[in-house]
Amino acid sequence: MAYSDKVVDHYKNPRNVGSLDKNDPTVGTGMVGAPECGDVMKLQMKVNPDTRVIEEAKFKTFGCGSAIASSSLATEWVKGKTVEEALAIKNTDIVRELSLPPVKIHCSVLAEDAIKAALTDWKKKQGETEAAPAETTAAHN
Amino acid sequence: MAIKLPIYLDNHATTPVDPRVLDAMLPYFTEKFGNAASRNHEFGWKAEEAVENARAQVARLINASPKEIVFTSGATESTNLAIKGAAEMYREKGKHIITQVTEHKATLDTCKRLEKYGYEVTYLPVEKDGRVNLDELRAAIKPGTILISIMYANNEIGVVQPIAEIGKIAKEKGIFFHVDAVQAVGKIPVDVQKDGIDLMSISAHKIYGPKGVGALYVRRKNPRVQLSAIIDGGGHERGMRSGTLNVTGIIGLGKACELCQQEMAEESVKLSKLRDRLKESIMSRLDETYINGSLEHRLPHNINISFAYVEGESLLMGINDVAVSSGSACTSATLEPSYVLKALGVGEDLAHTSIRFGIGRFNTQEEVDYVADRVVETVTRLRELSPLYEMAKEGVDISKMKWVAASDSH
Repeated sequence: MAYSDKVVDHYKNPRNVGSLDKNDPTVGTGMVGAPECGDVMKLQMKVNPDTRVIEEAKFKTFGCGSAIASSSLATEWVKGKTVEEALAIKNTDIVRELSLPPVKIHCSVLAEDAIKAALTDWKKKQGETEAAPAETTAAHN
Repeated sequence: MAIKLPIYLDNHATTPVDPRVLDAMLPYFTEKFGNAASRNHEFGWKAEEAVENARAQVARLINASPKEIVFTSGATESTNLAIKGAAEMYREKGKHIITQVTEHKATLDTCKRLEKYGYEVTYLPVEKDGRVNLDELRAAIKPGTILISIMYANNEIGVVQPIAEIGKIAKEKGIFFHVDAVQAVGKIPVDVQKDGIDLMSISAHKIYGPKGVGALYVRRKNPRVQLSAIIDGGGHERGMRSGTLNVTGIIGLGKACELCQQEMAEESVKLSKLRDRLKESIMSRLDETYINGSLEHRLPHNINISFAYVEGESLLMGINDVAVSSGSACTSATLEPSYVLKALGVGEDLAHTSIRFGIGRFNTQEEVDYVADRVVETVTRLRELSPLYEMAKEGVDISKMKWVAASDSH
């Protein structure tokens, strides 16, 4: 199968690889996927509690090239955005940007879930209670 | 010596045609183009003579008689003919077939179709090393068992089955024994007499011959095996496979078999040395790599390795100037990880990280060294990206984690 140039670029030069201190109260961590499905994404964001602006974002991903590209792109996109703006990112935006084929759409879904999971974690740490959980996820095992 | 890229290390999928094979075939496309079934002129006689020569070449490689070789379009057709042909011919005797879960789809899907027609099929599990358990095989035999179909060597993990032992059991019980020997013929000694094989599928393109041609060995005595044809027509191949013979392809198969017979002993030593060099070079430099399937009972040119915490497709993408295949779901049409690795008890997480290397006649040591370097470099880079590797290094037991999968990812 052929990958789009953007997927190849993110795969070869992934942006914002790494980890933030998960015990830092201003860092939200989201880990989604499952090893047996072949995809695990960890997305971390450091958010300024006063401005609600995402100042830093890091990722690590176990998965195919499209999964790596989706999470790399997600970190690029969320940086500088407010929590609310980041939560508005849709998986379809990622599909469009990376020209993902239909079999790779789940990679973009995972990236959207990772953003939501990380920000849910941050909100929890900030003492913000969620009316409804942002993720629509189910335990895999 | 400069290396020419990309490097082909996927010789279980197919092999290039050996130039000597091509040379043998070429005259039969243009000057000697006759139909081997034309009995009344020189063109037909020349073609027939070449076909019979090829039949003898194939037979010699597996210690059969030329009359026991039926030419087909490939091993998938051979396997269909063997299993369906025997099932129909001997349906009065019984309707039970025994095979195993790690067979090629040509066998598994043929058996599944027969189940729809009222046959019963036992799919034996395999041990952790990929080999069938002979006691379980014996226990599966019942009065209505007419056929056992077990592959010689597996196409993904290269594990060689105890064929001679199975042949003995089949003979004792008066059951026919079909062997899919596509990956083994020409690579390791295969002897239908010593191995007690009654039916055997062979493919040309796995042994440096052309695609689209294969053969089925059909035993003629002790016992004589009869098959119902699945393709009807002009009654070619003693009625077992109608259709004008693929003369050029058959000549290519014959020549390929002849070369294998002459060179196999030497070639298998060379290939296993290269294979071991590749394995050592990779595994000595990377932690948490696992060989899938028995190393002892294995084809000389195969190695299948799981690289924990690195997804197979992303690894292939990183070594994109090397042609290999992966057991990762992302590389398969079904989006399921390898059923062969699953049958060995390899966890799905590790199945996703597996790579199959198949070394061939034309690979060099320089190529193998290059591939090993690229694999090590890419796995190292991807592990730096892998949250699972990070967690494993922190001492987190990943198998005990509660994972949350995306709602519609699978």
